[in-house]
Amino acid sequence: MNRPIRAVALVSMLMTLALMINLSIAYLAQAPYFNDRPENRRVTDARFGQDRGPIMVGNTPIAKSTPVDDQYRYQRSYPAGELYAPVTGYYSYLYGASALESSFSAELAGQDSSQFLSRLIELASGASTKGGTVETTLSAKAQKAAWKGLAGRKGAVVAIDYTTGAIKALVTSPSYNPDDLATHDLQASQKAWKKLNTDSTKPLSNRATREIYPPGSTFKLVTSAAALEAGMSADSPVNATSYRLPGSTKSISENCGGKEITLTQALMVSCNPAYARLGVDLGQDALRTQAEKFGFGTKFLADIGSVASVYPDDLDAAQTAMTAIGEYEVAATPLQMALVSAAVANDGVIMQPYIVDQVLDADLRVTSQATPKQWSKAISNSTAAELRKMMVKVVQSGTGYRAKISGVTVGGKTGTANSDYKRNPYAWFTAWADDPHIAVCVFVEDAEISASEIAGGRISAPIAKSVIEALR
Amino acid sequence: MEPIVGYRKRRGVEAFMLAFAIALAMAGYVLTHLDRYHELPPQWPWALAALGGVAITVHLVIRWRLPYADPLILPMVMLLNGMGLAMIHRLDLSDTKAPHSAELQLVWLFVAAAVCITVIVLLRDYRVLQRYPYLLFLAGITLLLLPMVPGLGLDKNGAQIWIHVGPYSFQPAEVAKLVLTVAFASYLVEKREVLKKASGRVLGIDLPRPRDLGPIVVMWLASLAVLIFQKDLGTSLLFFGLFVVMLYVATERPSWAILGTGLFLIGAVGAYFAFGHVQTRVSAWLDPFSDYDRNYQVIQAQFGIAWGGIFGTGWGLGRPNLTPLAKTDFIGAALGEELGVTGLLAIILIYGLIVARGFRAALGARDPFGKLLATGLSFVFAVQVFAILGGVTRLLPLTGLTTPFMSQGGSSLVANWIMVALLLVITHQVRRPAVNIATMPVASLEGDTTELIEVGSLASAAPAPAAPQVSTPDADAPLVHADAASTAEEETAMVPSVDTDDAPATTTQIPHDESITDIIERPEDPE
Repeated sequence: MNRPIRAVALVSMLMTLALMINLSIAYLAQAPYFNDRPENRRVTDARFGQDRGPIMVGNTPIAKSTPVDDQYRYQRSYPAGELYAPVTGYYSYLYGASALESSFSAELAGQDSSQFLSRLIELASGASTKGGTVETTLSAKAQKAAWKGLAGRKGAVVAIDYTTGAIKALVTSPSYNPDDLATHDLQASQKAWKKLNTDSTKPLSNRATREIYPPGSTFKLVTSAAALEAGMSADSPVNATSYRLPGSTKSISENCGGKEITLTQALMVSCNPAYARLGVDLGQDALRTQAEKFGFGTKFLADIGSVASVYPDDLDAAQTAMTAIGEYEVAATPLQMALVSAAVANDGVIMQPYIVDQVLDADLRVTSQATPKQWSKAISNSTAAELRKMMVKVVQSGTGYRAKISGVTVGGKTGTANSDYKRNPYAWFTAWADDPHIAVCVFVEDAEISASEIAGGRISAPIAKSVIEALR
Repeated sequence: MEPIVGYRKRRGVEAFMLAFAIALAMAGYVLTHLDRYHELPPQWPWALAALGGVAITVHLVIRWRLPYADPLILPMVMLLNGMGLAMIHRLDLSDTKAPHSAELQLVWLFVAAAVCITVIVLLRDYRVLQRYPYLLFLAGITLLLLPMVPGLGLDKNGAQIWIHVGPYSFQPAEVAKLVLTVAFASYLVEKREVLKKASGRVLGIDLPRPRDLGPIVVMWLASLAVLIFQKDLGTSLLFFGLFVVMLYVATERPSWAILGTGLFLIGAVGAYFAFGHVQTRVSAWLDPFSDYDRNYQVIQAQFGIAWGGIFGTGWGLGRPNLTPLAKTDFIGAALGEELGVTGLLAIILIYGLIVARGFRAALGARDPFGKLLATGLSFVFAVQVFAILGGVTRLLPLTGLTTPFMSQGGSSLVANWIMVALLLVITHQVRRPAVNIATMPVASLEGDTTELIEVGSLASAAPAPAAPQVSTPDADAPLVHADAASTAEEETAMVPSVDTDDAPATTTQIPHDESITDIIERPEDPE
C-alpha cells in the first residue's frame, strides 16, 4: 500500500509547493499592479496620511502638512487658501488631488525616484518617509496685487517673465479654499465639494489656463503680427472705412479717425473694419499659422493643466474677418494672450512657461531645477520691434492709457469681446513692461459696464498696471 | 527475530518546540499591542497561562498515554493555533462589532484540547474504530443532515451548513468529515481484497463486483447529495477527492485515480454550468476587477497581501479589517498582510510539514487501516489548506473552507484537534518498538484473499510464537511486524482486522534487549 501512499503524499506536497510558488510570484509580479489600483484604500489612505512636503512661494508655504491626532496623521492645509488654489490644487481624501498636488504628488510625498537616496537613508535609520519641497516661480506680491485688482469679479490674471518663461502670477477668481476639500472631516469635505460643483460662478474652474474665451481685440496683435510678417510696417496705410462682410449684408463700421489710417493708429483705436479687412486680405491660413506660432493649439503648463487656445478651421471670408478681430470661434486662455505679449517683448521668442522652479528632497537637496527653454520664435525681430512701438502707443495715447507707469516702458492692447449681447462683455488687457521683464494678461469675464470698446482699458488695464508695479 | 527500526520518544523535543511555538504566538500578541499602543497588553500573563496551560496539559497527557507519538505535530499545531488566536485578537482591536472573538476562540481551544485529550485517553488503539464502518457512516450522514433539521439549522452567508445550540453555532460537516474518513477507511480495509478483484472492465477500468462496490458508492453519493443540496460545493469536492484517494490507496490501482480525476473535472465543469454562484466565484478568480463591488472581498485580500509586501506591515500595523470575514475565511490574507509573503510562506510550510508527518505515519503504519486512516486524514487536511489558502491567494477559485487551526470557528477547531489526536495515536503505534512474528502463517494464506480473515482462525492457525521473548498479554501490543515503510506490505495487509483483544498469541514485544538499548528505549508498561 505504500506506493499509492507515496503518490498521494507527492500530490499533497506538490499542492503545498504550488501554494508557495504562486504566493511568491503573486507578490513579485502583481504587488505593484495592486498597489497602483485607484480602489486600493490601503495605499490611498497611507499616501493620504503621508507627511507631504510644502509647496512654496518664496519662503512662505502655500500648502503644508501638519501632524494631527487622527487616523490619517497629517492634515494638509493651505495658509493662503483661495489665492493659490489654481496652482496648489487640492489634496482630498474623497476627491484625490489636482494641480501641483497631483502632478508633483510623488515628489511631495518623497516617493519619487529622484528622492531614492534620502528614502534609502530613511529606510536604514527607520525614520518614516518625509516629503520633498516644491518651490514655485510665483511672486507673492504680484499674486496679491492681481487678486486685489480682480476684487472678486470673475476673471483671471497671468503674469510671466518673458525672458525665462517663469510664471509670476496666476490668479483666477472666484476661487475656493482647498482646506475645505482637504479636511479629514469627510462629511464636510463632501458637502464643500457638492457646493463648489453646483456654484454658478464655477469657483473650481481655473480661468487662467483651463478655460478659453473669445479674445476680442487683443487678437488684433496676432493679425498685426501676420500683416507685419507679410511685409507691412507700423506706418503702412490701412483702409478704415465701413467694411461689408463678404457674402453678407452685415457691415462693420466705426469711426476710426479717418478713411485711411496707419496700422499703428488702427491698433491704437482698435479699429474693427480695418482689421476685418486686413484679416480677409491676409487669409485664414496666414492668421492660423501666426496664431499657432504664438501658441494656439498647444497646451502649456502641464503641471497645473491647461487647455489649448483655438483658431478655428475651414472659415469663409466673413468668418475670417470676424476671427481677425478676435470674434467668432477664435478662443484663447489668458495665459495664451500673455504669451502673445511676451513674444512681442522678447524679440519674437516665446520661452516655455513653467511654474515649478525647483524640487528639493526632504534633506533640502535639489533634485530638479527648471531651466528656461525657448519654445518658439513666433515673429521676426523686426516685426517684434514694430509691434512693440505700436503697443507702446496704445498705452501712451490709445485705449490702454490706464496702464501707463512712469519710468517704465509699457506696451499693451485692450480687448472687449461682446460677441454675445445678452451678457456683459469680456474685458481683456494684455501688456508687457521692459523693466521688470513681465508680460501680463488680465481677463475679466463679467465687466459690469455697457458693451463698449473701452471695457478692456477701463477694467483690466489698471489691474495689469498694479501687477507690473508689484514686480518692480 | 529481526532487528527493528527504533524510535526515541523525543518528548523533550516536543516540550522544547512547544515552548518555541508559544513564544512565537505570544510574540504576535505582545507585538500587536506594542506596535499599536506602545505598551504591553495588560492580560498578557493570562494569555501566556492559557496557551501554556493547554500546551503543557496536552503534552503531559501524551507523555502518559502516547510516549512514542510524533513529537512535532503538537508544537506545529500549537504554533498555528497560537498565531491564529493572536491574529484574531489583532482583528478584534479594529472590529467594533465583534471585539471579543479571540476570547471566544480561546474557549473553543480549551474545548478542542479537552476533546483531543479525551480521544487520546479513550482511544489508545485506533483500530477499535475499524469495527463500525456502517455505524460511523450513519453518524457522518446524520451530522451532515443536522443543519437541515428545522429549528436547528442556521442559514449563514447563503449556505445552510450550520446548526445552533443556544448562543453557539456549529458546522457539523467539519466533524462529519472525520467520521466519514474513518468510515471509508474501515470499509475499504475490510473490502480491499475483494475490491481488487475485477468482475468486468468499463472504460479500461477493472470494476469490482457491484455488491462490493455498491455500499461505498452509496455512501459517497449520499454525502455528495447532501452537500450539493446544502450548496457547500467546496466540502463536496473535498469528500470526492478523499473518496477517490482512499479507493486508490486501498486497491493500489492507478486507474481509480485517473478515473477520479476525470470525474472531478467533469464535476467541476458541470458545477460551473449548473450553479450561478460557481460562475461568480470563477470570474472573481480569473478577473476580480471585472466587478469591483461583487468581488470586493477577493480584491481586498489581494490588496492586503500586496500591501504587506515581502516582510509585511508588522503585527497590528496593517489594515486587514478592510477585508470582509478576515477572522474566518480570509485569515490567510490578514496574516499575509501583517507578516508578509515571508510569514505566509512559513505558515504554508508548517501546514505542509503537518501533512508530511501524517503521510510519514501512513507509510510507517503496520496495518492497512492505520495506513488508510492516516492517508485520508492527511490528504483531507492538505486539500483543505490548499483550497482555502489557494482561494485567498487566487491560485484557485474561492471555496468557503476554514483555515485549519487558525480561522475563527469552534467546529473546525474541535474537528482538527480530533484529527490531531488520531494522528498522535497512529504515530504512537507506528513509532513504538514492536516485532511481529505472525508473518509466516499469514503469508501462507496469501492465495486466499476473497474473504475477510478472521482473527480466531489466524490465531489457531499460527503455531506457537516464534519469538523467544513473549511478553504478557497486552491489549496495546501492536499486531504486525515492524515494517517501517519498506518491504512486506502485502503480508502486512493480510491481517486487516485483527482485534486487539484476540491478539496476544500472535504478538510479542521486545521488552528490553541489551544489544539494542541504544536505539530502542524500554517500552513503558502501560497499565
